Amino acid sequence: MREFEPAQAPHMPSPRTVQGVMGQVLLALLPGIVAHAWYFGPGILLQILLASAFALAFEAAMLRLRSKPLAPFLLDGSAVVTAVLFALCIPPLAPWWIAAVAMGFAIIVAKHLFGGLGHNVFNPAMVGYVVVLISFPQAMTQWLAPRELAEWTPGLVASIQAIFSGSLSLPATVGIDAVTGATPLDALKTGIEQGRFVEEIRQAPIFGDFGGLGWEWIANWYLLGGLFLLWRRVIAWQVPVATLFSVLALTLPAWLLDPGANPQPLQHVFSGGLVLAAFFIATDPVSGCASPRGRLLFGLGVGLITLVIRRWGGYPDGIAFAVLLMNMAAPLIDRYTRPRIYGR
Amino acid sequence: MSELTAAELEQRTATAGDRLHRFHGGLRLRHNKKISCQDPVRHPVLPRELVVPLLQHGGPPATPRVRPGEQVLKGQLIGEAQGRGAHVHAPTSGVVRDVERRPMAHATGQAGDCVVIRCDGEDRWCDPAALDHWRDASPAALRAHIRQAGIVGLGGAVFPTDIKAGARGAVPIQTLVLNGAECEPYISCDEMLMREHPRRIISGALMLRHATGAGRVVIGIEDQMGAVKKSLDRAAREGGDGTVTVVRIPTIYPEGGERQLVQTLTGLEVPDGGYPHDLGLVVQNVATAAAVHQAVVDGRPMIERIVTVTGNGVGHPCNLLALLGTPVGHLVEAAGGYTDDVARLVVGGPMMGYPLRNDGEPVVKATNCLLALSHDDLRPAQAEMPCIRCGDCARVCPAQLMPQELNFQIRARQWDEVDSLGVDACIECGCCDFVCPSHIPLVSWFRYAKGEVRSQLRERAAAERARQRFEAREARLERARQEKAERLARRKKKLQDQAGRKKQIEAALQRAAAKDDTDGGSG
Ligand code: SF4
Ligand code: SF4
Repeated sequence: MREFEPAQAPHMPSPRTVQGVMGQVLLALLPGIVAHAWYFGPGILLQILLASAFALAFEAAMLRLRSKPLAPFLLDGSAVVTAVLFALCIPPLAPWWIAAVAMGFAIIVAKHLFGGLGHNVFNPAMVGYVVVLISFPQAMTQWLAPRELAEWTPGLVASIQAIFSGSLSLPATVGIDAVTGATPLDALKTGIEQGRFVEEIRQAPIFGDFGGLGWEWIANWYLLGGLFLLWRRVIAWQVPVATLFSVLALTLPAWLLDPGANPQPLQHVFSGGLVLAAFFIATDPVSGCASPRGRLLFGLGVGLITLVIRRWGGYPDGIAFAVLLMNMAAPLIDRYTRPRIYGR
Repeated sequence: MSELTAAELEQRTATAGDRLHRFHGGLRLRHNKKISCQDPVRHPVLPRELVVPLLQHGGPPATPRVRPGEQVLKGQLIGEAQGRGAHVHAPTSGVVRDVERRPMAHATGQAGDCVVIRCDGEDRWCDPAALDHWRDASPAALRAHIRQAGIVGLGGAVFPTDIKAGARGAVPIQTLVLNGAECEPYISCDEMLMREHPRRIISGALMLRHATGAGRVVIGIEDQMGAVKKSLDRAAREGGDGTVTVVRIPTIYPEGGERQLVQTLTGLEVPDGGYPHDLGLVVQNVATAAAVHQAVVDGRPMIERIVTVTGNGVGHPCNLLALLGTPVGHLVEAAGGYTDDVARLVVGGPMMGYPLRNDGEPVVKATNCLLALSHDDLRPAQAEMPCIRCGDCARVCPAQLMPQELNFQIRARQWDEVDSLGVDACIECGCCDFVCPSHIPLVSWFRYAKGEVRSQLRERAAAERARQRFEAREARLERARQEKAERLARRKKKLQDQAGRKKQIEAALQRAAAKDDTDGGSG
């Protein structure tokens, strides 16, 4: 008679791992990152490295403090995803301590003080982003102009210098105004506040066909990555579809009624971080809704709040606030949107 | 579920299989069936000894009807059904060596009474009791014959077939559904049966239709069973009197689950806590139908079944017609023995099967497959991570549960919440567990939670009963106290009344006396 070890069904290896899920998210971000680096220089890559390093360091420290095993959690990729998503939201030449402060809040407060992986109520990347956005508005609005407009795009060395010394050393012939610029959303907001027509504002060279020059192409690449994640079933379709739908559905009537005072719907979609948020940030499963209907509501909410902030709020883009506000509502939404159980 | 009128319901179940529907979730798994379908079904050599458990079915165990030392013939009754149980028969002729408690091939791993038969190698039959002219028999008589043959559902639930065939809900039985969809990978015993004995199945289907009172039969098979459809169709044309339809359904695990099959064929959900007969359907396994045919035509009771012996852990995967009671190790030997890297022996499929501690346990009516897995087949020991709420588990759950929420509440021991999240509706299919990127053993948790919730409910019911008893007693005492008080009060009042009356009389007398005095004084 042969003896066997006790075990539990199922007896087939699961094809997925947390690491795999996070890895695919990073892979899907890659085209957007490359596009970003192309339009705005290698600063973004440095920010990603910086943020990842800080995130992993804080993660390791917190794991040690909470006496959790280091290897599985450091390698799960979640901290890196947080870091990358944050880095994609900040100006490419923001000083290094921005990433340090943001990752400190993201990993220590938003993640580990709430119980670590899987327990965070708020999206850690957005917590980090909002903290530095509110605390250091000056540093967080130093945006570069896209390659087509800038007379000069900082290279690697100049970027490193700028990030670590805090000042950008320009070539002698170039003025600072030729390198930095307002984001399209900034321009739009100020323009509308000054009572100018949208079409008039859009004459400015920073605008492209739909959104901002450069930005719209980056958004396209994010879209591609997002579709990849949908295809791989890493993210649920409900969130991005509902987010984009609510933005389109809410801006279309306004634009049709008064195209002078309201930007066209696609302008909204392709500027700022909307596409990135719809596919990569609002889809964070941990801090989002769990049920399918809940996810639809979550997406609708993110779109709605973003628009409200863009239109009436104090910040040009409201994505981060929208996501955090919806994070707060998520448990409640989940309670009321439980799927009907088979046969009940 | 949207509410249907009775007529709509009847219409839906009467046309089951005409249009296919989709159940929620499920998985497309690698089939892995071909390896065991290369050869026709074989008989292994007769083992020296059979260990026949008296509990091989849903319901109470059978009572032994033989004593140690007694000679038994093949097909002889050795265990008599109790209540809603089933009969057990001797799978071969020989001598009863013992009736003793042994570990049983049962998910619980509990021991139970077994009849141990030393085979004499002659395989001598007792007088077979066929049912001639079954069409003239009443459905009840046919069901009684099925009961005599000890037939139970061979799909896995092993519920006595006669009881299931006689069950009635609020609506009349419209359609008999034969389940030919072996949803789990690796298992191919039903497929082999359908290939080799389609006529038995069609014939048994007609008998079961008669026994259930259904108007028609729908046989659901997987769309990946190419040759089966043709052979069943031919058999149905030749012997099916026009009431048998064969329907191919998409191979999505667990489409062979009764509730999922019903949903696929009708779009209806079996109500929570209810049965298919509440919708006017009876679901039976194809192998059960074949067994009914053999019991009716040949008088063969249920003493053997086809068992798939497969996996990378055996030398020569195949299907064997095994006598009940055969030690599983004997079947593995017949299938070419273990390979060097065998790591686990599972009864059933890779998703829901339960692992054996050793291969000495006997084949029972529920044993459809012995799956020997090699080290490479198994999930490597992966660290369990926290739930990242990715929701994949909910996406694949055929019961439409939210496994991630269940997992959370179970760990918090919030049994009320666990109950309201519907842990009881979990069919333990393992889909959630399989897809979970955090490798949380969800099904194991849910099994545990079901037991906890049930014992909680039991405890609460007991507490409730105790409370009611206490309150009833209190009320009784209170009533008694009140009654006593009332009695006292009444008596007091009476006394007072009496006293009062006395006073009145006295007063009257005094008045009268006084009057007399004055009268006398004036007179
Ligand atoms: S599949 Fe696993 S990790 Fe994902 S939500 Fe379900 S339990 Fe959590
Ligand atoms: S095991 Fe239960 S909870 Fe998991 S998928 Fe199957 S029915 Fe749903």
